Amino acid sequence: MEILAEHGTILIILAVIFGLYMTWGIGANDVANAMGTSVGSGAITVKQAIIIAAIFEFAGAFLAGGHVTKTIRKGIIDPSSIADTPEILVFGMLAALLAAAVWLMIASHKGWPVSTTHSIVGAVVGFAVAGIGMDAVNWGKIGQIVASWAVSPLLGGTIAFLLMISIRRLILNTDDPFQNAKKWGPLYIFMVGFIISLVTIFKGLKHLNIELSVGMSVVVAVLIGLAVSAAGWVLINRVTMDPEADREFHFASVEKVFTPMMIFTACAMAFAHGSNDVANGIGPMAAVVSIVQSGGMVAQESSLPLWILVLGGIGIVVGLATMGYKVMQTIGTQITELTPSRGFCATLAAAATVVMASRTGLPVSTTHIAVGAVIGVGLARGVGAIDLRVIGQIVVSWVVTLPVGAFLAMLFFFLLRGIFG
Amino acid sequence: MLTTNPLAALFKRSPFKAMQEHMRYAVECARLVNPLFEALIAGNQDEIEAIKEKIYVAEEQADRIKNKLRSQLPRSLFMPVDRRDLLEVLQMQDAIADTAQDIAALLVERPMEVPEPMQQPLMRLTARCIDACEQSARVIEELDELLEMGFRGREAAQVEAMVNELGRIEDEADELELELTRILFRHEDEINPVSVMMWYRLIEWTGDLADYAEKVGDRLRLLIAR
Repeated sequence: MEILAEHGTILIILAVIFGLYMTWGIGANDVANAMGTSVGSGAITVKQAIIIAAIFEFAGAFLAGGHVTKTIRKGIIDPSSIADTPEILVFGMLAALLAAAVWLMIASHKGWPVSTTHSIVGAVVGFAVAGIGMDAVNWGKIGQIVASWAVSPLLGGTIAFLLMISIRRLILNTDDPFQNAKKWGPLYIFMVGFIISLVTIFKGLKHLNIELSVGMSVVVAVLIGLAVSAAGWVLINRVTMDPEADREFHFASVEKVFTPMMIFTACAMAFAHGSNDVANGIGPMAAVVSIVQSGGMVAQESSLPLWILVLGGIGIVVGLATMGYKVMQTIGTQITELTPSRGFCATLAAAATVVMASRTGLPVSTTHIAVGAVIGVGLARGVGAIDLRVIGQIVVSWVVTLPVGAFLAMLFFFLLRGIFG
Repeated sequence: MLTTNPLAALFKRSPFKAMQEHMRYAVECARLVNPLFEALIAGNQDEIEAIKEKIYVAEEQADRIKNKLRSQLPRSLFMPVDRRDLLEVLQMQDAIADTAQDIAALLVERPMEVPEPMQQPLMRLTARCIDACEQSARVIEELDELLEMGFRGREAAQVEAMVNELGRIEDEADELELELTRILFRHEDEINPVSVMMWYRLIEWTGDLADYAEKVGDRLRLLIAR
């Protein structure tokens, strides 16, 4: 206890620095993956992607980022056995943050694809095992999380597959695909607004002191869906036929209708990413702050302070502005094979999956889900050529990241305890 | 910065654009067979050599695309169509260019005369064979649209109809080929025996242009059906 009283301020400052560094890294690398399908299909420019990401990542983190943060903060570890020595949890969370951040830095430098989510989960587990003991880890929760890493890309892929089939049925395989695209487009946009807002609103806004009944949630989600759909309707109506381009490629005009539609899925994706991934940075930070501020209460009954969510949002936006746009540019030029209609299906599917995971409090990998969604579109015979070796790469990054994150966290934990303890 | 970004690594260059590019060169080779025979009838050997050069240039381009495409299609690639079917379509496309090249090479190495009764039927056969190649190129140009529709539905039906039309053109080319062969046999005593052999071969090769064009369509049908 004395340790916390003595070094409380410096520990909070460290937590804020490490947490900001983590969110900065997420903004610099991860966000580009979330926006990649939108930029690559030519629906939005890199500049627009950055503006959209800045607004909606922040909104996602602020409105829906609390649940995953809670999981990282207090869902993985059961700290009851160290109630007398709360500093262990503080050192541990700091070590986990530092471990994940260092590992991500090394991996990005080497060009290895790793997930921030996997790094932080591995790190938190690693410190808990080393610092407290095997029993301190909530293995049931870990099982759920690991299962979600396998299930979520599959779910994203399935939704993308079904969306692709529905677009073929309703729009492409008809007498007048262009008119049908204009007719059904607003409905698809409605789905974007409705799904994302319903998942977010439904019992999910307690931290803002907003509690809506089931009925009210649905009503509000429908209203948001309609508003978004109306905006989309205006944009879609501005799209005109391009007979010149149609001669070259018969579906050129139809694809043009999907371009404004993708603006909405890009927003949804940024929101989804913010709601899930920002927690990787601010979860441990929030744990440290609440323990120190409560004078050593490991039970952490207090809710997440809003300023921490805001800080996480700021970190992401800064990462995006300083480095993320470059990564986005690179990825954008590499995914040009994705046409707007395919990009729409993949992005909507991924966004919906990530938001659902966020609401359930499961930390998932947005990148892996986006990969799953693209493969789903590919299985619907929608993409020219997909390199399935990526799946192997992802599995390898799992297998490597978890133990490395855990090991580094143990190392930093003993280091921090040596310095302060 | 991530160089092996999983999302970016997922996308490989779509093979369909390259298939179309290759086909355009193959058809260019086939089209040049027409002025080639015209020059032969006119007895203009310089012109024949000039056209042969053009065919060789186009055939080389086709080969370059073919080799690049083949090296870009590892087995780990997931495509909406079967890899082997696609490679077979490519092989048939390439055979069109190769056949045109063989015809040109023979005419340069062994100058021949076209007996008067054969002149008109030869040009008719050539024209129909080129029609077949152009129809198969039109079919290949539909690959973009097929991909957009997932190789099903209306687009697949439309391509099916185009392939049927291609088959009809090839049947006509077969008739013309037989007709020309008959004329050759009717006049075989008036022509140098070696030339008869060479003509028999040339007629066969010209007909092959349409045969390969039809096979492009047939293989594509398999590719769609998967």
